[in-house]
Amino acid sequence: MKINGYKENFELFTSVDLHKTSKLIYPNKNNLSKDKYRDSLDKLLDELPLKDGMTISFHHHLRNGDYVLNMVMEKIAQRNIHDITIFASSLFPCHKPIVDLIEKGIVTRIYAAYISGPVAEAISFGKLEKVCVMHTHGGRVRLVESGDVKIDLAFIASPTCDKLGNISGKHGKSACGSLGYAVTDAQYAEIAVAITDNYVDHIDEYEIEGRYIDYIVSVPSIGDPKGIVSGTTQITRNPIGLKIARLAADVIRYSGYFRNGFSFQTGAGGASLAVSYYLKQIMREHQIKGSFASGGITGYIVEMLEAGLFDKLYDVQCFDLEAVRSIRENKNHIAISASKYANINDDAIVNDLDFVILGATEIDLDFNVNVTTSSTGIIMGGSGGHADTASGSKVTIIVSPLFNARIPLIKERVLCRTTPGESVDVLVTERGIAVNPKRTDLLENFKRTNLPIVSIEELKEITDKYLGVPEEIALGDKVVAVIEYRDGTVIDMLRQKLNR
Amino acid sequence: MRLTKPAKAGTYESNDIYIMIYPTEEDTFIEIESIVSELYGKHIRQVIEAVLKEHNLTNVYVKAIDKGALDYAIRSRMLTAIKRGLEHE
Repeated sequence: MKINGYKENFELFTSVDLHKTSKLIYPNKNNLSKDKYRDSLDKLLDELPLKDGMTISFHHHLRNGDYVLNMVMEKIAQRNIHDITIFASSLFPCHKPIVDLIEKGIVTRIYAAYISGPVAEAISFGKLEKVCVMHTHGGRVRLVESGDVKIDLAFIASPTCDKLGNISGKHGKSACGSLGYAVTDAQYAEIAVAITDNYVDHIDEYEIEGRYIDYIVSVPSIGDPKGIVSGTTQITRNPIGLKIARLAADVIRYSGYFRNGFSFQTGAGGASLAVSYYLKQIMREHQIKGSFASGGITGYIVEMLEAGLFDKLYDVQCFDLEAVRSIRENKNHIAISASKYANINDDAIVNDLDFVILGATEIDLDFNVNVTTSSTGIIMGGSGGHADTASGSKVTIIVSPLFNARIPLIKERVLCRTTPGESVDVLVTERGIAVNPKRTDLLENFKRTNLPIVSIEELKEITDKYLGVPEEIALGDKVVAVIEYRDGTVIDMLRQKLNR
Repeated sequence: MRLTKPAKAGTYESNDIYIMIYPTEEDTFIEIESIVSELYGKHIRQVIEAVLKEHNLTNVYVKAIDKGALDYAIRSRMLTAIKRGLEHE
């Protein structure tokens, strides 16, 4: 099968046993120049070898407050360069101006682990000339070090940067904490540019080494602080969400893996956060202390570190202001790269996880999970670290209500497979807990409890009783996105959305 | 049976439906806007039609704005709207 803009010799996903390539590229850059600084982006772009067909990379640590991607792409578009591949770790609603560049054929291909907002819609409706490749956070590193993607130019939004190009995310008016996803870009890009709004003489502690950086440009602002980190992430007050969270905490407690030194990851969604709230109570009650918590870190997890419930936090991305403060102040709150977080070719943190709490927009009877599209087939997210952590952790727990606003969670078959069911162990809903039948150990341990264990088929029947069986969603023939598993095998292909 | 006056019931809240019904000289006509129209559009129409039929209502224009209501919510909003639409001044 030939997909426009995708490698021809791709392999289809067959199982969670990883396909590893032995030939990897290692970063060997050592730019010690003292003449990296340019006083404007325009002057730098005059100097750079811009050409049609190039691949330009960005990171998403400034999330929905990012100015850098739009700023750079606007200037490149003015220079009449076409057929550009954007290799961004994620894209958000703030990147709406890219839709115009897609329509003009300036941007023809996109790689990302997560896409939401107008760009995601444009891709779903088939506006991108070539394909969109949706990878995982760990898979992005693999794409580069395996040579599947060669980054010509990396533009690295840098909250603080010194004269040598050392970059820190911990300081400056646009501080975002960890810069985990940007490390690969700096290490592997043919030319790496730091874009900063806090250019200083010297910094001692940094997440990205200056020897990887070729140029530094100062701009008035790299992002809108309101979009970069949220103030305080709140626990859900929805009684259904709280019930699910309490059940998920009990699943952890009775799983057989809840013991001193256990490790844990959860997302920043209201229900996931509530799991930490109940877990904290259970840890105190049983005097259990964890070794580490990882992932995108929130103030809630910081509180658990500071209360001595975890020894360490491994942080690839800070979600809120408390996390940014903590990574500056706590020596056991450690910034890690995307490679160290989730790359299959690295000694990744996800492999040491005991528990991960994840969400789902759809799950099917084989426990396959979709977090890439809505239930009508429009892209509204992506794996991020979903497939990576599900694969690495001993117990993968999906938390979600069975339905909300008549949108069902459980489908006969997911519209888009992001994470294979083989790596998903438990589904916790407000009307019961379904365990993947292959996890006989968990099923055995739960027998001795009063947890409401049911089969996933039963949960689907309950859903169908309330909602009715949904109509099939008709999608077109054109493949608009290739979904890559963390090892680069193709786990699904998303077809074009035809109409609303 | 025919409505005596226009009536409405429901809200625009998530999981609810807003029903407006109007007496008309034309044949019955149902217009639905729903956040789940691709998944349950036909089903929602059937539920509304069934309620109209149960009340032998003709010559009614129904406008429904759905935010993901379940069948029982759709039925109860329809019933309330119909009851209000049959009241005399």
